[in-house]
Amino acid sequence: MIKLHARLSHRTDAEPFVARIVRNLQNTVDRNREILLTNQTETMVPGFRGYLMVSHTDDSSTSDSPIWPLPAELDHLAEGDVVRISPRSGEIWVMYRRASTFNSMLVTERCNSYCVMCSQPPKVANDDFLRAAYLEAIPLMSPETRELGITGGEPALLGNGLVELLNACKTHLPQTAIHILTNGRLFRDIEFCRALSSIEHPDLMLGIPLYSDISYRHDHVVQADGAFDETIRGLLNLARFQVPIEIRVVLHRDTVDRLPQLARFITRNLPFASHVALMGLEMMGFARANLPALWIDPADYQPQLRAAVEHFDRHGMSVSIYNHQLCVLDHDLWPFARKSISDWKNEYLPECDRCAVRADCGGFFASSSLRRSDHIQAIEAAASI
Amino acid sequence: MSSLPIIKGQRFHNLDYFRRRSGENYRLLPMRFIALDDTRYVVTNFAGELIVLLRETMQQLVRHELDTASPIYEELLARHFVLDDDSDVALGLLAIKYRTKQSLLANFTALFMFVVSLRCDHSCPYCQVSRQSADRHAYDMKPEVVARAIDFMFRSPSPTIKVEFQGGESLLNFGLIEQIVAEVNARNVVENREIQFVIATNLAPLTDEILTFCREHHIFLSTSLDGPKSLHNANRPRPGGDSHELVEHGIQRAREVLGHDQISALMTTTAESLSQPRAIVDEYVRLGFTSIFLRPLSPYGFAVKTGAVGRYTVDQWLDFYRETLGYIIELNTQGVPIREEYTALLLRKMLTPYPTGYVDLQSPAGIGIAGIVFNYDGDIYASDEARMLAETGDRRFRLGNLINDSYEDVILSDTLLDTLSQTMTEGVPMCVDCGFQPYCGSDPVYHHATQNDAVGFKPLSDFCRRNMEVMRQIIRLLEDDPQSAEILNTWL
Repeated sequence: MIKLHARLSHRTDAEPFVARIVRNLQNTVDRNREILLTNQTETMVPGFRGYLMVSHTDDSSTSDSPIWPLPAELDHLAEGDVVRISPRSGEIWVMYRRASTFNSMLVTERCNSYCVMCSQPPKVANDDFLRAAYLEAIPLMSPETRELGITGGEPALLGNGLVELLNACKTHLPQTAIHILTNGRLFRDIEFCRALSSIEHPDLMLGIPLYSDISYRHDHVVQADGAFDETIRGLLNLARFQVPIEIRVVLHRDTVDRLPQLARFITRNLPFASHVALMGLEMMGFARANLPALWIDPADYQPQLRAAVEHFDRHGMSVSIYNHQLCVLDHDLWPFARKSISDWKNEYLPECDRCAVRADCGGFFASSSLRRSDHIQAIEAAASI
Repeated sequence: MSSLPIIKGQRFHNLDYFRRRSGENYRLLPMRFIALDDTRYVVTNFAGELIVLLRETMQQLVRHELDTASPIYEELLARHFVLDDDSDVALGLLAIKYRTKQSLLANFTALFMFVVSLRCDHSCPYCQVSRQSADRHAYDMKPEVVARAIDFMFRSPSPTIKVEFQGGESLLNFGLIEQIVAEVNARNVVENREIQFVIATNLAPLTDEILTFCREHHIFLSTSLDGPKSLHNANRPRPGGDSHELVEHGIQRAREVLGHDQISALMTTTAESLSQPRAIVDEYVRLGFTSIFLRPLSPYGFAVKTGAVGRYTVDQWLDFYRETLGYIIELNTQGVPIREEYTALLLRKMLTPYPTGYVDLQSPAGIGIAGIVFNYDGDIYASDEARMLAETGDRRFRLGNLINDSYEDVILSDTLLDTLSQTMTEGVPMCVDCGFQPYCGSDPVYHHATQNDAVGFKPLSDFCRRNMEVMRQIIRLLEDDPQSAEILNTWL
């Protein structure tokens, strides 16, 4: 597990700022928006917004200069990464890692749903600073970034703020695919859809969860009356503006039983969806608290999963299985399994070391130590074909 | 399920809380139904959703006595046969499904058949056209007709256009095919449509020169194969009695030059075919085909004159269909990939939201709008069957002539528009109440030919009986035979 937040050794009285990490002085563009990551032994180059000192031996920095020792847990920090430093609270937050293929922007922690298995439980506090921070960060990210996520909370709660963020992405990261995770409910407002689509982002996808073909079953999973109708209206509105859609289904006790029926519903009613992701449970947030009610061993829902995947595949709809270990999946489902767990929270077990298909397997969420399938087992080389 | 905890002061609600309005005031949405057998009904709606219900359940449903906590109620909800107070998105979803199902209409005509010659080297007794002997060039399409035909074709708004060369034997006038392909491609530089050329041919006149041309222009070949040698040659006589040998050789050569999937075959069922379903399918498998289309004889053209039609009844054909389909499914379970195309297109209609372009199963009818025929003499017909009918003297579905009439004259002709509006199954007596309506069509040419009425009286219609029984058979297999259902679900 890679740490993205750390404490600085001391606090200084200055405004928070967003900056790009520079190691090689040749890569500097605008020192006022850059932090030099440097060895203490070198001569200090002036003009940077801040300095992070690698392998420091003594703390020579004064309390009001923007010079901090690099926190040990952030030793992964590298050229081109983007961080936000809050000098007053003495915090550093890694917003973007250039080498990662899993960068995403958590733009709000507020949400209008309250999903029983939410891995990132919503908060009510005003967190507008997140949007502002990302608007600063986006121009500092590498234009070569292949994909960037926008997540929450519910990003659509930002309303026009979301449109603004997407516009910034289009301006500064024109080659980068943007994937927004939203519950889709607020897109029942056709004008909001129009505003989003009017940006004409060249590579945009909205990932929208649908948990049942039956309204109240979906509403129960997201703990919001009327949410099914709002999400369906949102999906239809987005389809009308030809915004690419991905349907996401988190698999747990309340969603697996009607999974084949949900697959049928999606191919019938939402054939415009570009992709369907069937996702294993991440044992974080509410999923932990509700685990006794939600847990089902993935081995026990293979028939439903298989029926759903076959249905999507036969109907020509692209389908993927996320967050599942190959050893718990029917062998026929392996071609649909993706290594989907973000690198910073991805783990393998000691058992996996002798597994013949470890390299192809998505492994575990770091949080999986709470509950894992009883059928985790290294695959023998002969069975791996 | 176990009770959910309270987190940070906010309570999680159990399923029953969200279910509280489900089943309240359930209303029936538009539906049609028809008996599947003595105990069950096939229930469908205009968007193509389908469910099979026990008679008892059907009665409870329409009397509003259905247990709304039952699993079948959820199936009816999810398929938009009922609506209740918990959700009102069903109407919007039905609308988008209906729009998807009718989406081909917006593109208008996409298939244009050019009858480049009526000449033919075969003398098949079941011929649905009225062949002319191979030296009578008066029956070739003239250049001035070709120019008008291409103008007419590009008036269609369809972004995809299929140009099918028909005969007689189309390859006996290959020179004209070359000219048409060149002219269409030249025009398409500006038009920018997606064009697919198909040559319908018995393959007897096939040469390397023709194949080279087909490869250069990505032309697909469609041929006739009735079954094993003895059956094929009996059905399709030609001087030398070598039709089967020529078609087998032609198929091999075409695959070598064009690629394995660039040729397909159609079979016509004759009385002799009825007793040998396995041999016919085996022949298709032997020749490397992965699909077969079990076609009954049409009551047109020479087939009527020679009495080839009428040599078996629709029920005999249905027995043949069911037996052949059973054998095809059996082959699939043994790992031999072959599908029956008529079944496959009905499955797509039943199990997917998408339309198929198959002319005979459209409402409004496919004549003129799914496909249109340019005869060698410039006459325009509403369908291939319409020109076959005309060859025996009945010009009821002649829409005009390329030389004398404009695009508007033809497309807005009473012959076409009246027929289309009269034969929409949504309003045709008996079709209007039929559970198979969303998958079926009205084939006005067939009903005119057999009943002298474009609408027709359905209880006497073999078209109706054939399609109803084919659909019943497919639905029975899907419902009652899991192994067959598994195979059929892979044919979509």
